[in-house]
Amino acid sequence: MNRIQELFKQKKNNILNVYCTAGYPQLNSTVPVMKALQDSGVDMIELGMPYSDPLADGPVIQASSTQALANGMTIATLFEQLRGFRQQIYVPVVLMGYMNPILQYGFERFCQDAADMPIDGLILPDLPEYEFETEYGPIMQRYGLNFIFLVTPETSEERIRRLDSLSTGFLYAVSSSSTTGKDKDMNAVNNYLQKLQDMKLKNPVLVGFGIKDKATFQQACEHANGAIIGTAFIKALENTSDIAGTTKKFITDIKS
Amino acid sequence: MTTTTYQQPNTHGYYGKFGGAFIPEMLHRNVEELRSKYLDIIYDPAFQKEYKALLHDYVGRPSPLYYAKRLSEQYGTQIYLKREDLCHTGSHKLNNALGQILLAERLGKKRIIAETGAGQHGVATATVCALKGVECIVYMGEKDIERQAPNVARMKMLGATVIPAVSGSKTLKDATNEAIRDWINNPVDTHYIIGSVVGPHPYPDMVARFQSIISEEIRWQLKEQTGSELPSHVIACVGGGSNAAGAFYHFLEEPGVQLVAVEASGHGVHSGMSAATTQLGKPGVLHGSKSLVMQTEDGQVVEPHSISAGLDYPGIGPLHANLYDSGRGLFLSATDEDALQAAFNLAKKEGIIPALESSHALAGLEMLSPVTAKKSEAPIPAKAMFTKESTVVVCLSGRGDKDMATYMKAMEGK
Repeated sequence: MNRIQELFKQKKNNILNVYCTAGYPQLNSTVPVMKALQDSGVDMIELGMPYSDPLADGPVIQASSTQALANGMTIATLFEQLRGFRQQIYVPVVLMGYMNPILQYGFERFCQDAADMPIDGLILPDLPEYEFETEYGPIMQRYGLNFIFLVTPETSEERIRRLDSLSTGFLYAVSSSSTTGKDKDMNAVNNYLQKLQDMKLKNPVLVGFGIKDKATFQQACEHANGAIIGTAFIKALENTSDIAGTTKKFITDIKS
Repeated sequence: MTTTTYQQPNTHGYYGKFGGAFIPEMLHRNVEELRSKYLDIIYDPAFQKEYKALLHDYVGRPSPLYYAKRLSEQYGTQIYLKREDLCHTGSHKLNNALGQILLAERLGKKRIIAETGAGQHGVATATVCALKGVECIVYMGEKDIERQAPNVARMKMLGATVIPAVSGSKTLKDATNEAIRDWINNPVDTHYIIGSVVGPHPYPDMVARFQSIISEEIRWQLKEQTGSELPSHVIACVGGGSNAAGAFYHFLEEPGVQLVAVEASGHGVHSGMSAATTQLGKPGVLHGSKSLVMQTEDGQVVEPHSISAGLDYPGIGPLHANLYDSGRGLFLSATDEDALQAAFNLAKKEGIIPALESSHALAGLEMLSPVTAKKSEAPIPAKAMFTKESTVVVCLSGRGDKDMATYMKAMEGK
């Protein structure tokens, strides 16, 4: 059992997962940002690996990726930064990224290095289930990495069940079919989350996309085990010189 | 397992090692809807009837297959030009845009989005949207909008909204990212008309089928003119590869036909200012399919360069990646300078001003002709060279009106 399973065993509700981009705002901010998030009381961290062409992300997260790449972030650099990070970061960490940079790094080598850190799971939005099942899934399993699939309001019930059966750790419920950072109609979102809740899925469900403050976080938590905040936190980091202070304030506002 | 051919991908969209549908879940419904319906829709008799009638009456097909006498004399072989430049809107792009708007109509979509680089596909899409009275949004890199003002004006006159892509490198690949994002954000009423044989399955196959009219016509036109429907060579330029896919399509399973793809090597393959994807790319995932991609060691997609905005793309369709990987196709490259020379040569020899993209295909003649035997960066097997009796078809994918600013600059320099 890794940290994700352990977390959901301990805590069933109001789980706060916060996204940050590796190498943003500065190249060496990665671990300090994660530390600040943990110190502020987040339950889990989604660490984004920057890519030049992030299809599933909105403009704010893409801009942070572009900045991180300009800062010199690479997968190899990220693993150098993370080496030994478990001495101070004990919350579960999932890596989020796109297939192309990982394929260049070498998929198995990537999984091996991620497991060495150790990282707890992977979110790769552009890895579809066919390729997951036939090629890449078994490699992740060999290294004990959870793999988290996304579902959306457009995903059929049959497909939700299928993706839930393939996922380990948790299921990532995209709050509406959209890229990150867009405002959502929360009523439609509620109906969809209610449907997921009623399906009694194998995995815990965390809601992402459109969660930006205390109100949206609480609403999401009514029908799910927790939520993921990305764009709003990246925005908060944009012009800060005080990572710890900014993070503390941002998280406190949500959790208070 | 289903067998793959050069022509058609397997059920998961793979041509050999390349293809597939590497898309986020947010696109699954749209892409799956398309995948499960496109063949039934396209081969429905009523669809074919409307498509064929519009190809004839609106696009102006069949496009002529023209025996280029003076060019043939120059290169010591028999050269035929497939005149896609004479299609309405000035290039082969309309074949696909027209097919997809009819498909979108049958899927009940009310809103069309597209990406464009040079603007040719954007103009073709804006044109078919005007024809059908459908809302049209074209994403175009901010830098390309500056470089291609006449095509931006054409799209606007046709009623389309042109939205600048301001992310990343602000060119075609970023316009494609923005179009995909738009599709994610509008999952129900919108169809995305991709302009090349790229993107997630079924796009490469669907676009290749709509462009296959090019080689379908070449076969019977050649039969009428020479008595044989098989040429010895088919030459086409490749960026993403839609005109090449169309020109090759009905010859892919004819091993006797030498298929020649000419990529844009910009200032030279290894100059750092090139778009020769098969020479410089590595297997990777871009815009929803696994193919050859120009990228850094860290897997970040790099910005290509070509004098021709239509070839300025860091990937290549999976169909072509498989032709390269398997050796079925011969991949050459032409520099900016080679393409310019070929354009001026065609203008003077045949009275035809070609698009810069098509000029790359024409530049391939210089390398394959024993008369000129211009040195090629990629080795050319002896049996691929022309003889006097060779029947060489060059796909003249577009006309040069849009490139006059570049040609004028080149003339001033001389």
